[in-house]
Amino acid sequence: MNQKYLPLIATLVIFVLAYAVCAFQYPNMLSTRVAGNLLTDNAFLGIAAVGMTFVILSGGIDLSIGSVIAFTGIFLAVMLQNTSIHPLAAFVLALAITTAFGAIMGAIIHYLEMPAFIVTLAGMFLARGMAFVISIDSIPIKHPFYATLKTFYYKLPGGGRISLIGGLMLFVFAVGILIAHRTRFGTNVYALGGGAQTSALMGVPVGRTTIMIYGLSGFLAGLSGIVYSLYTSAGYSLATVGVELDAIAAVVIGGTLLTGGAGFVGGTLVGVLIQGLIQTYITFDGSLSSWWTKILIGALLFAFILMQKGILFVSRHRRTHA
Amino acid sequence: MDSAKRLGRRLLPQFIALALILMLIWMVFPAFFSLAIQNGRLYGSLIDVLNRGAPVALLAVGMTVVIATKGIDLSVGAVMAICGAVAAASSVRGDPLVLTLVLAIGTGLLCGLWNGFLVSVLNIQPIIATLVLMVAGRGIAQLVTEGAILTFNDPGLIFIGSGAFAALPMPVIIWFVFGIAVAVLVRRTALSLLIESIGINRRASTLSGIRTPVLLMAAYMLSGLCAALAGLIVTADIRGADANNAGLWLELDAILAVVVGGTSLLGGRFSIIASLVGAMIIQAVNTGILLSGFPPEFNLIIKAAIIVIILVIQSPKIETAMTFFTARTKGVDKAEQQTR
Repeated sequence: MNQKYLPLIATLVIFVLAYAVCAFQYPNMLSTRVAGNLLTDNAFLGIAAVGMTFVILSGGIDLSIGSVIAFTGIFLAVMLQNTSIHPLAAFVLALAITTAFGAIMGAIIHYLEMPAFIVTLAGMFLARGMAFVISIDSIPIKHPFYATLKTFYYKLPGGGRISLIGGLMLFVFAVGILIAHRTRFGTNVYALGGGAQTSALMGVPVGRTTIMIYGLSGFLAGLSGIVYSLYTSAGYSLATVGVELDAIAAVVIGGTLLTGGAGFVGGTLVGVLIQGLIQTYITFDGSLSSWWTKILIGALLFAFILMQKGILFVSRHRRTHA
Repeated sequence: MDSAKRLGRRLLPQFIALALILMLIWMVFPAFFSLAIQNGRLYGSLIDVLNRGAPVALLAVGMTVVIATKGIDLSVGAVMAICGAVAAASSVRGDPLVLTLVLAIGTGLLCGLWNGFLVSVLNIQPIIATLVLMVAGRGIAQLVTEGAILTFNDPGLIFIGSGAFAALPMPVIIWFVFGIAVAVLVRRTALSLLIESIGINRRASTLSGIRTPVLLMAAYMLSGLCAALAGLIVTADIRGADANNAGLWLELDAILAVVVGGTSLLGGRFSIIASLVGAMIIQAVNTGILLSGFPPEFNLIIKAAIIVIILVIQSPKIETAMTFFTARTKGVDKAEQQTR
């Protein structure tokens, strides 16, 4: 069996096992309602995590996405409250802004040769600051179009429903997998993660790819912001603080190597779902406090990093003895 | 004398930036530099900057050393929360002050040891290794406080946060003495050389006989110790441990302070003193925005703008361009030195 699939399979096995344990204790967890809600509740995180997967695959990191989500939310809320613009037009505008924002960060990272960490940290401050400047209040969105969008869902047998945003997340993951494995851009991302200098020598357009990666991450963070505003029907500049950490954790748990160059977009979906599952379990249990979520996610993160190290070690060992 | 001159030249940009910011604040808020002594303590906005900047300044000391080894410590904010929670829990139990302090500082060192173990022995990338504790840390702190905000009344512990010694607030004295002590310890021994060599090339350092794992672990433990001290100050200041908010996002401010201080995130040359000045620059900006009556919403935007400006100045590309333009004058300098 191909070794590169090992982390992905391990993640899947853990997810299935964890779900089985949960279902054994609370049979209701098996209902399609819970499954549907798992998708809906984690839709915004999932969409943002797809962008983060590309960034991490290329060997970078994007700390700005939580702030960009909040910025998009408050931007939409204020636009819809103060102007008569149609939500769809506002969506396009928001996506254009966030994509440009990401692309500019990518350009700074490439042309000024600065670490992605500190550039996106500045982006994080800037986006959050812009959100504060727009408004510091939580603004409800009462546009009828939002109500219409919420009525779209696919009914599953058993009463569960895949909402529009849950479906959108699955769609984004599908497109993400296609981009990563079936396009030249995707191949370039993997090559960049393997080593910027090597890929440049192989003829990968490093600058363009870097800008596109962070642009894509910005676009998906904007989309995630739209989804979040649909999910909460409001915009709030203090929302989604620290989502970038959840997204990074999802990517790592999903089996993507943090040094870049190896991993799968599909694994990130499982990583997101595992985090959602932990939260659902804690809600079902009722007596466990919410802080156990953080501790468990931290422990999982550690376990997966260890596993990746182990696999790397074993494969290197084999290669030297082959 | 020569080393003092070199330090002065190294710190010049930071001091100019700090002076500029202080001047700007002074222009919009003329009472900024006025100091007064009341009840044997100094009061004034300037003292306020020094006092409020204590946690970031302390964190910046450890962060500088960690960054110099080409690492990063994202967990310091969470470690602050854990240490604060441990101190509060111990104080509530009625432990003597010494035991409380030992427990809190021991916890910080332990957290640092964990991070250092992951980085040096398991060879995990520092960002990710410390991310584990950053994610789990607040959960652990809440476990210690059992989800509540633990308040305490031990006058000794409170003194650390709001007491005064020689007319200066305790936090100021703690960060100043600690920062200078670490800087002197590192600079007056071979430690700084070894740390820089690890940051520049870890493999080569190991091969040339430097005990890389021990030094790396010590660097992260120092960062843990700094986080413990900062956590103690924050907890003592509000007389309670708030697991959710103590030290929240301070790791980013600390990293920012180090970057503002001119230490490269790529490891190698570092200056603790410069990072301390960087921490004061950040705090001066924060206080300045508050004092000037500017809406605090702009705080983050101004911070972002400062980072971008400093990034551009420090960028290797810009540096190359600058050397290109100043090559002539520099060449003359060098020639002059050689003739001497």
